[in-house]
Amino acid sequence: MGQRVAAVGFGQTYHRSRRDDVNGIELIGEAVRSALEDAELTLDDIDAVVIGNMDHFEAVNYMDNWSVDGTGAFMKPVFKVTTGGTTGTTVGIAGYHHVASEMFDVVLAIGWEKNSESDTTGAIITCSDPIFDRFSFSGALPGLAVEASAYMKQYGVKEEDAARVAVRDRRHGALNPYSHLQSEITTEDVLNSTMLSYPVKLLDICPRTDGAAAVIFAGEKKAKRISPRPAWIMGTSVRHANCYFGDIDYTANDSLKYATRELFGNVGIKEPLKELDLVELYQPYTFAGLKWMEYMGICGPGESPQLVWDGVTDLGGELPFNPSGGVLCTNCIGATGMLRIGEAAMQIQGKAGARQVEDANLALATGFGGTFWTDMMLLSSRPW
Amino acid sequence: MDVAILGVAQTKYDGKKEDYNYAELVYEVTTQALEDAGMTIDEIDNIVTVSNDFWDGRTISCMGVQDACGAAYGEGKNVSTVEGDGTFGILYGAMRTLSGSYSTTLVVSHSKGSEGNSRMITNAMFDYIYQRPLGLDAISSSALQAREYMNRYGVTEEDCAYVSVKNRKQAMQNPYAHLGMDLSIDDVLNSRPLADPIKLHDASPVSDGAAAVVLGNRVVANKKGRKPVWLKGIGYCSDAHFLGDRCLAEAPALQKASHKAYEMADINNPTEDIDVVELYDAFSYMELMWLEEMGFCSKGDGKKLTRRGVTAMDGELPVNPSGGVISSHAVLVAGMARVIECALQIRGEAEGRQVKHAKTALAHGINGPCAQSHCVMVLSE
Repeated sequence: MGQRVAAVGFGQTYHRSRRDDVNGIELIGEAVRSALEDAELTLDDIDAVVIGNMDHFEAVNYMDNWSVDGTGAFMKPVFKVTTGGTTGTTVGIAGYHHVASEMFDVVLAIGWEKNSESDTTGAIITCSDPIFDRFSFSGALPGLAVEASAYMKQYGVKEEDAARVAVRDRRHGALNPYSHLQSEITTEDVLNSTMLSYPVKLLDICPRTDGAAAVIFAGEKKAKRISPRPAWIMGTSVRHANCYFGDIDYTANDSLKYATRELFGNVGIKEPLKELDLVELYQPYTFAGLKWMEYMGICGPGESPQLVWDGVTDLGGELPFNPSGGVLCTNCIGATGMLRIGEAAMQIQGKAGARQVEDANLALATGFGGTFWTDMMLLSSRPW
Repeated sequence: MDVAILGVAQTKYDGKKEDYNYAELVYEVTTQALEDAGMTIDEIDNIVTVSNDFWDGRTISCMGVQDACGAAYGEGKNVSTVEGDGTFGILYGAMRTLSGSYSTTLVVSHSKGSEGNSRMITNAMFDYIYQRPLGLDAISSSALQAREYMNRYGVTEEDCAYVSVKNRKQAMQNPYAHLGMDLSIDDVLNSRPLADPIKLHDASPVSDGAAAVVLGNRVVANKKGRKPVWLKGIGYCSDAHFLGDRCLAEAPALQKASHKAYEMADINNPTEDIDVVELYDAFSYMELMWLEEMGFCSKGDGKKLTRRGVTAMDGELPVNPSGGVISSHAVLVAGMARVIECALQIRGEAEGRQVKHAKTALAHGINGPCAQSHCVMVLSE
C-alpha cells in the first residue's frame, strides 16, 4: 500500500520585510515558477496542489480558491491545510500524503505569507483562548520568554549562550542569497539589542517576512526521472497536543520529545548527533536553538550550550543547524516550515551553493507553532 | 480504494447553540463517532480536524479543539487541519490512510455560524481591491450565478422553488435537520427577496453544528463488527477565481471531479449505478445545476428531473433525502454531513428518510465563491 515519495524541486522568493513589488498571488507565483524551474517541469506536469498560510495575516478567506492564478491550480485538484506556525510543515506533510496515497504522482506544496500587509501580533493574539489565555499569553513572545526563563534557571544557561545561536544563524544566512537578514552579528550586538520580554531581546527572535516557498513531491518512479538525486521522505511525525498556553510545561518540550521518539523510532535512529547530517530547525528564537536540541536527543539536558560554543552546530561542524540561516533570518510564517523542508531537500540534492553541507545524506526538518506544537520530516539521499 | 467509513456522528443542527463552545461540539461528535465504530480513542492513530479561522473568529482555529478530538490524548497523536468543506477533510483522511502511514483516521468538523457575521466572512473570499468594495458575499455572488444559469437554460424561479419545497419537507423526516418545513411553491416564490432571484426560502440557513467520521483501512474494516461503507471514488477540482473569468452557468470543475470519482468507482452510467445523491444545495438553483454537471441529465434538464419527481424520495434518484444543505447549513460541516447521510443510507439506518435498496451513493461538497471547488465522493456497501 502506498508509494515512496521524494522532494524533487524547491523554489522560494527573495525574502524581504516588505515586498511592495508584488501582491500575494504574484508572490506565490514567484515561488511556484522557481520550483518548476528547479525540477525542470511545467504546470502541465503537476497533478494536484496543496497550499497553506494563516488567514488573518492577509485577511483572505478561502485562500486556496483566491490564489489559483498564482498556484496554477486552475482546473486542478487543490485544497488548503493550515495549523498556525506549523502550517509550512503541515503543507509539506500533506504533499507527502498526496503522493504516497498513489492518488497523484507529482504534487506542488506551497506555503506563503505577506506579513507586511498585516498587524502580525494583532493577528496572532486571537489564537489564545479568549477567556483563559488571551490576557496573559498574547501573541508569540510571552510563551517563549517564559520557556527561556525557566530553562536558564533550570540549567544555569546564560543570555550569552543564546546569543551564540543568533551569531551562528546570521553567519549562515549571510551565505544564502534568498535570506531576509543577510548581515553577520556578534554576541555583543545580541546582548545590547532592545529587550522585548526578558530574557528575549530583539536579536534573539525571528523577524517577520514577506515570502513564499514551494516544494514539488513525486512518486518513486517519476522522482528518479525528474531528479538525478531526489530527497526521499523517510518519515513524518506531528504533535499538536495543547490547546491552552497555560497547560504547557515550560520546563520541558513534550511535543518535540514525543514527535522525535516516534520518528526516530520508526526510522531506527539511535544517535542523532552522529547519524543526522544537518538539521533545519524551526527555531523562532535563540533559546530554542539550545534547549530543543536536548529534547531531540542530540545531547543531554543542559549540555547544548557547550556544543554550540564548540562549533558542533556550525557549518563545517559535526551536525550543522540551520545552514540556510533559519527562522532567525527569514520568517514568512506560512512558508517558514516549508523553507525548512525545501532547504533540507536542497542540501540532500547538493544544490545549496555556498551553504552546502558536505556529504548531506540525512536531514531533519521541523515545524513549530500553536501552543508549542511540533512537526517533523526526515529526508534522505537513499530511498530505503 | 481501501478506505472504509467505520463510524459517523453529527449534532443536531440549530440556529444558535449557546450551550456549546467549539470544543464541546467536537467532543460530543468524537465520542459518538467512536462509539458508533465500536472503537476507543486508543485505536485511532491519527486525526484530521476541519475548521476556518474566519468562521471561528480565531487565528489557528484548530487550536481550540485539539483536546476535544483526542489529538492531545496520551503522548499525543499525529494530526493535521484542513481549512475548507468537510468533504475535503475526509478526502485528506482517506489520503493519509491510502499512503499506508495510518490505519485509522478520525475526521472532525465544527462551525458556529451564529457567532459570526456571514456576510463579512464570505465577503472576505473576494479580491480586496476590485471585488470586496462591491459588497459581494455568498448570497449576492450566488445570485449572479443563479441568474446566469437561469437565463442560459430557461430555468424559472418556480423550477428552483420545487427544490426548496422537496428538501425542506424531506428535512421534517431528519431529526438532525435545522429547518424542516412544509412549504408550498407560493410560499417560496412569495418569500422575502435576498438578492434577486434568490429569496429567503431559496437559501440555506446559517447553522451551528459539528460532525465526525472514523475511517479505516481494509484490515481494520474487516476486523470491526459494524458494516463498513467503502469509499469507492474521489474527485476534486477548482475553477478560476475571478467571477468574470468563469461562465457561471457552467461548472466544469464539478464535471471533472465527478468523472474522476466515477472512473475510480467504475461507474459508467451514474443514473443507473447511483441510488441516492446528497449534494451541496446551499441555494435551490444549485441542486438543478449540480445534477446536470454530475451527468444525471443534460444541461438545462435538471428542472425536468425535479418537476417529474425523479429526485423525490419515491423517485428513481432520490436527491437530498436528509433535507440537504438548504435545510441545515453548518458551514464546513455541511459536506461532511452529506457523506454521513450517504453512509447511513447505505447501512440502512436512515430511519424515516431511508431510501430503498440504497447500495451506492454520491456525496458532494463545495469551497469558495459560487462553488469554485467541488469534491465528489462515491460510496458503496
